[in-house]
Amino acid sequence: MGLGLAIALPLSFGQVYGGKVFKAFVIVYERIFRSIPELVILFLIFYGFPRAGIRFSPFTAVILGLGIRSAAYQSQIFRGAIESISATQMRAARSLGMTKFQGFRYVVLPQAFRIALPPWANEFTIVLKDSSLAYALGVTELLRQGGYIISTSYEPMLIYLTIAAIYFVITFAVNRSLKKLEEFFSVPGFELKESIR
Amino acid sequence: MKNNPLLRVMNLKKRFGEKEVLKGVSFNVKEGETKVIIGPSGTGKSTLLACINQLVNPDEGEVWLKDELITQAKDMNKIRQRIGFVFQDFGLFNHLTALKNVMIGLTKVKKLDKNVAREKALEQLRKVGLEREADLYPAQLSGGQKQRVGIARALAMEPEIILFDEPTSALDPELIGEVLYVMKDLAESGMTMLVVTHEMGFARSVSDEIIFMENGYIVEQGSPEKLFKNPENERTRQFLNKLSELYGEGD
Repeated sequence: MGLGLAIALPLSFGQVYGGKVFKAFVIVYERIFRSIPELVILFLIFYGFPRAGIRFSPFTAVILGLGIRSAAYQSQIFRGAIESISATQMRAARSLGMTKFQGFRYVVLPQAFRIALPPWANEFTIVLKDSSLAYALGVTELLRQGGYIISTSYEPMLIYLTIAAIYFVITFAVNRSLKKLEEFFSVPGFELKESIR
Repeated sequence: MKNNPLLRVMNLKKRFGEKEVLKGVSFNVKEGETKVIIGPSGTGKSTLLACINQLVNPDEGEVWLKDELITQAKDMNKIRQRIGFVFQDFGLFNHLTALKNVMIGLTKVKKLDKNVAREKALEQLRKVGLEREADLYPAQLSGGQKQRVGIARALAMEPEIILFDEPTSALDPELIGEVLYVMKDLAESGMTMLVVTHEMGFARSVSDEIIFMENGYIVEQGSPEKLFKNPENERTRQFLNKLSELYGEGD
């Protein structure tokens, strides 16, 4: 998720403020990574890159795979949020003597952030759950760990239910804390109904 | 007091694609003067204001603020601090309270200490009669209150001139009065103002001079008495008559 965020933020800024070439690049990037199933992306990275002489550990491959796909979705979230802030906001900032960067930093970003938070929280939980796909590359994630336990305890349903419960608890906790974050930053005029418009 | 031009606009031209919006506009605004620009919609009045503080770059012509040629200014951000701007759709920062809206230019642009900025901002809010609304967000304010915050925000920067771009056009009729009242006060206190408006009552009673613009040109300019009573140009007469019919302000 962190990697996704790190890639997504510059992508979305570039898409709003960048030049033509950069915008085209972002569009191609998004089209590609939003159209390929996560599992296929993982296999391509894990089995594809070694052919080019770059070898990743399964764990790194999973991080990369989840990161670059999530970046495609996250950059869409941020682009939408930034573009939903009316142009007058930036003009007003500039009219006070702010630089373009200051206008973005103090006026556009704080508002876009509030609008992006709910969909971003949603994307966060998707990535969290998709981490179970690391199973396919042999990473010892939650599911595989469960498999080991099953092979010695012969209690598959109990273990799978436990795994489900763990995922549920983590996702629930993350969602709750992001919700708290939303409430903390809530400002009249930025309720959800407002941001849908 | 009212002698040296504070703002000089010379032969300003701007085209958007095929359409030439400003076709060479020249005028002066003296210190302490209130000048009103009137004219039909789409004649380049708003573009003219945007060109003056370079939110839109003019294609040709010069704008001078005192003895500085600001159309070629190196640091336009510095110049913009000296030119207040009040927007038709308010342009308040929606994530900030009224007070913070007025403060942000002081803290982030002028780099004033927070407490000093707060005092100054409160003083401006007091001036526009909104001290009690300081902690409300724009979504909690009426249109007239929003625009008064917009004016306070411009004032807080202590500009040499304030440009008003149809400040009352987005307001309900009953809210227009409170904004015009603040503007009238401001004009009387000696602030230099350039106002684009359709409020003929304001133009007539507050302005020192009226500019009538149409199709990217200045058709006529002169004192309110002259323009309303005795316009030289047939178009000016037609336009003013139509407005007077509409608002019943002929006497």
